[in-house]
Amino acid sequence: MTDAEIVAAPPILEVRDIGKTYGSILALQGVSARVGIGEVLCVLGDNGAGKSTFIKILSGAHAHSQGKLFAYGVERTFSSPREALDLGIATVYQDLAVVPLMPVWRNFFLGSELTRGVGPFRQLDVKGMRRITKEELAKMGIDLRDVDQPIGTLSGGERQSVSIARAVYFGAKVVILDEPTSALGVKQAGVVLKYIAQARDRGLGVVFITHNPHHAYPVGDRFLLLKRGTSLGDFTKSEITIEEMTKLMAGGAELDALVHELARP
Amino acid sequence: MTLTAPAVTDERIKPTGLIISLLRRPEVGAAVAALAIFTFFSLSTTAFLTAPGVATWLYSASLFGIMAVAVALLMIGGEFDLSAGAMVGTTGLIVGIVTTEWQVNIWLALVIALAIALLIGAGNAFIVMKTGLPSFIVTLATFFILQGVNLAVTKIITGTVSIQGMSAVPGFDAVKVIFGSSFDLFGMSVKISIVWWFAITILATWLLLRTRSGNWIFAVGGQVTSSRQVGVPVMKVKMGLFMTTAGAGWLVGMLQLFDVSTVQATTGIGQEFIYIICAVVGGCLLTGGYGSAIGAALGALIYGMTLQGIVFAQWDNNWLKAFLGGMLLLAVLVNLYVRRQAGVRS
Repeated sequence: MTDAEIVAAPPILEVRDIGKTYGSILALQGVSARVGIGEVLCVLGDNGAGKSTFIKILSGAHAHSQGKLFAYGVERTFSSPREALDLGIATVYQDLAVVPLMPVWRNFFLGSELTRGVGPFRQLDVKGMRRITKEELAKMGIDLRDVDQPIGTLSGGERQSVSIARAVYFGAKVVILDEPTSALGVKQAGVVLKYIAQARDRGLGVVFITHNPHHAYPVGDRFLLLKRGTSLGDFTKSEITIEEMTKLMAGGAELDALVHELARP
Repeated sequence: MTLTAPAVTDERIKPTGLIISLLRRPEVGAAVAALAIFTFFSLSTTAFLTAPGVATWLYSASLFGIMAVAVALLMIGGEFDLSAGAMVGTTGLIVGIVTTEWQVNIWLALVIALAIALLIGAGNAFIVMKTGLPSFIVTLATFFILQGVNLAVTKIITGTVSIQGMSAVPGFDAVKVIFGSSFDLFGMSVKISIVWWFAITILATWLLLRTRSGNWIFAVGGQVTSSRQVGVPVMKVKMGLFMTTAGAGWLVGMLQLFDVSTVQATTGIGQEFIYIICAVVGGCLLTGGYGSAIGAALGALIYGMTLQGIVFAQWDNNWLKAFLGGMLLLAVLVNLYVRRQAGVRS
């Protein structure tokens, strides 16, 4: 456990004993984790482990009902995603919040368009937006020949990266990635992991939600394991191996029983 | 596990050639068709390319064009408005009735009619957005309500189904300058509605391609949840679009009223689908998120040229409908092909 570790600066985002109830249903309880500058926190768990609830609390979609949430060391309760966003906590959802038929640069700036001119003559700064999109994507290591192509023509990994680049450009200090690799093939998932590492190296905190230990382990610094709404622990990389992680997630003894059951007689 | 360096470009993306990027423009198909129809009627009839001929089909296209452009914006935003045609009648009747029957000042009457139109547009938007019902159904209902009210109320108040004596209303001539006048250009007597049509097409194109609102119209039509997530005010955008369509209905209502000085209670009925057809021929997708204002204007031009061209060629007028259906089918097929060529997955 990392509770004993001494940290100089407060982590960007920290939760202590956090929980959430929906009516009589305990969706999440007693979960503690944190993510600092240039760190990757991987949140692992099987279906129904409480990963979605955890993201919703961090991203401001739902307020937590137990425990404490700190942003830059200050206690907060988010009542809307906008509040979290204003503090630099950006979430990249599974559907990526992109409009497939629109060009890459329009998607990049959608909702926060750059404009020039005043009053009724205010219009989009198309040149500026095209240039910035190209530059920001280049920083992520994506070289698009044409930022005018519809974003729907990009591959899954590239679309994911555009969404990350967009969050970073608009001032994100922490990027929460909701299962970014789950729908991708091996090669494309590798591309996304590379971008996560790139974001980390640029000093961002990354919360990477996944159910795949093989995706989490290479890129993660800390690992939060969830099961049935509770925390199985918050580990640093040195404290756990990938085999232990897989075993914990599947529920140790259960997996052993399954192996036994599936073995040829 | 070691990470392989990400491929800088995806090998599955083909380089975009000039033809593909040209095909990406939604109005290309309509432009080609318009040129073909123009050439056909210019060669096959003697009246089509004369000054009065051109003025006639341009005028015909202009009234449909204004509505088609507004409907195209709405369709790009992912909605339909079947009440757009009846609205033309409603606004004309309001101005006609309050000025001829109740002697209301004509300028005030214009404002009243516009206010009612915008209110109905906002009502459409409100119901669609709050209930999540398809706008097709909601505006179909509005269409029938307006159609019925137009006839019934006109009958109650005037005893007939049309408004007469508009030209005797004080101030009629002053308003006619704005909505019903014409001027000479290159030997043609150009009606002012053509100027309105051009101006609105240019304005709508600028709005769509160069303003935040335009960006948001494409976004709400293309993927409404994504738009919400990135902070696009979806309700405001859709509200604005429905009100724009209703406002365009008012404008066309006025252009017709002050051109011919009379309005029938059935004005505009049956034209709502022509607006949609013009927009689709101009490259709008029925599913929203794609299309162009210029395309819709070209769609209306095609309709106007064919409408008058068939008259000039002295064919049976019924061919128009058949032609319209054929055009629509062709346009949808072209759109499908174009989208595949541009490699748009949606």
